[in-house]
Amino acid sequence: MKLNQLSVFLENKPGRLSHPCKALAEAGINLLTLSLADTQQFGILRLIVRDWEKARDVLTQAGCVVRVTEVVAIEVADRPGGLEEVLKVIEAEGVNIEYMYAFTFRSHDRAVLVFRFDAPDAAIKTLQAKGVNVLQDVELYKLVEQ
Amino acid sequence: MSAFAFENRIWDEAETTPRDRLGKLQARRLRELVARVAEVPFYKEALARAKVKPGDIKGPDDIRRLPFTAKEDLRQHYPLGFLAVPRSQVARFHGSSGTTGKPTFVAYTADDLELWANLCARFLVAGGLRPEHTVQIAFGYGLFTGGFGLHYGVEKVGASVVPAAAGNTPRQLMLMQDLQADVLVCTPSYALNIAEVARQQGIDPRTLPLKFAHFGAEPWTEDMRKQIEAELDLIASNNYGLSEVIGPGVSGECAARNGMHISEDHFLAECVHPDTLEPVARGEQGELVFTTLTKQAMPLIRYRTRDIASLDSSPCPCGRTGARMSWVLGRTDDMLIIRGVNVFPSQIEEALLRVEGTAPHYLIEVDRPGAMDEVTVHVEVRPESFSDKMSQMQVLRDRIDREIQAVTGIRANVQLVEPQSLERSVGKAKRVVDHRREKGLI
Repeated sequence: MKLNQLSVFLENKPGRLSHPCKALAEAGINLLTLSLADTQQFGILRLIVRDWEKARDVLTQAGCVVRVTEVVAIEVADRPGGLEEVLKVIEAEGVNIEYMYAFTFRSHDRAVLVFRFDAPDAAIKTLQAKGVNVLQDVELYKLVEQ
Repeated sequence: MSAFAFENRIWDEAETTPRDRLGKLQARRLRELVARVAEVPFYKEALARAKVKPGDIKGPDDIRRLPFTAKEDLRQHYPLGFLAVPRSQVARFHGSSGTTGKPTFVAYTADDLELWANLCARFLVAGGLRPEHTVQIAFGYGLFTGGFGLHYGVEKVGASVVPAAAGNTPRQLMLMQDLQADVLVCTPSYALNIAEVARQQGIDPRTLPLKFAHFGAEPWTEDMRKQIEAELDLIASNNYGLSEVIGPGVSGECAARNGMHISEDHFLAECVHPDTLEPVARGEQGELVFTTLTKQAMPLIRYRTRDIASLDSSPCPCGRTGARMSWVLGRTDDMLIIRGVNVFPSQIEEALLRVEGTAPHYLIEVDRPGAMDEVTVHVEVRPESFSDKMSQMQVLRDRIDREIQAVTGIRANVQLVEPQSLERSVGKAKRVVDHRREKGLI
């Protein structure tokens, strides 16, 4: 139910983002999605890849500070209000979202979002009970590779 | 509970000479010293200017009538202008590292070498060395006084030496394990490097045979000791020396761990204000000044070490009577004056050590863009301290910020940087970039 997300520390200066991306490209690793959080000072690059263990090793070898965290992929209807329906459930259940971002692909009428919860297992249980579609990693990869 | 971190043992009876007798011994030796340097050109002139004759020295306090000697004086009389014996009596030369310009040479007679080995034996035994130990010396052997100084001190005590010399950490680990070295001699930062390389090789540093370590040759802190002792599971002792005075062996810690006992029967110690050169109040920090009372080949009067520390001559439970110097807080030439406050790089290091996962790689940048000094401390992020949550990273930054302010009293901009992005150096790490100097503002 959970995905392993890689986070990489970046200094906020020109050229720093390309360093981890280049290392992954050279190792033939495809980025399924990414998000960048930044301050004036530094940034945190968050990545979802299929072979996260290999990617982690490649990035570490390249001198990056990498952290692996569990995130949850949730499917929502790709139409106005689709996200809001899910957020309503999350809020009503008092589940805390650390951050979230979207997958770049779209298929049919669905969109997939990545959520970082403080307690992912409890969050999954709560959301599933309310009928939210939490994706398995295999389902997700199938969607990406369609 | 015992007052000691480990068994207290004393190598040399002279270490327990009552202080009143020590004072008389110092006065006699100082008188003899003034007579002995009479033909060294620098002192001949300086003593004539100060109008002091050997007979004027009645007690150790008369030291204040004598001239100071600075590093610059040694440079001006390069290479051997301070030699006080015929060249034929010199048994060995050593030299300072010479990070700026030419090295400074020092010379030893056979008697000086014997004395030096004995002084090293004093602090080694005080720091736990016993004849049954095997000591791995990971200091450079060469002009640098660390390697040879410790080597002969260890032999004097009767322990075995593994003269591994500096560098090649994987080989150090191999020697340590295969020869079962239970004592390590090196710089404290190199000990951390040994632990890091051990972990990279899949060796738990705590399983290495090391039980004791004697660290010196660079400033470090009590927090760093805690870290090293925890990482390597050993007892680490601090010792102090500088080549101009004799090398290692000027002072060292005992099992009571309340400062480093100076061998005052051989080195007369003073603590002065670096600007006024007047003695500081008892127990206050100041620049350490040493007079070599018994050295033959190249004795020095009131040598300004540029090291900042304090002195304490109150009784120590170990029985040694030599005054204890504190850990060296910094060097007068490293000292930064930020908005009127004296700040040492070692204080920034101390602050970083209090925050897990930040030390030891940092860089202090000082600038004065307008009227005010600004300090930026660049700190490398390590895996232990990195989080995918922005809020956590801000918390880390704020903690570093607070600790720096708590230790130094100044506010600094904390800049988190990528690992390996700060310059690494084999010898002395570059810790400070002061743009005020380039701009001619200081």
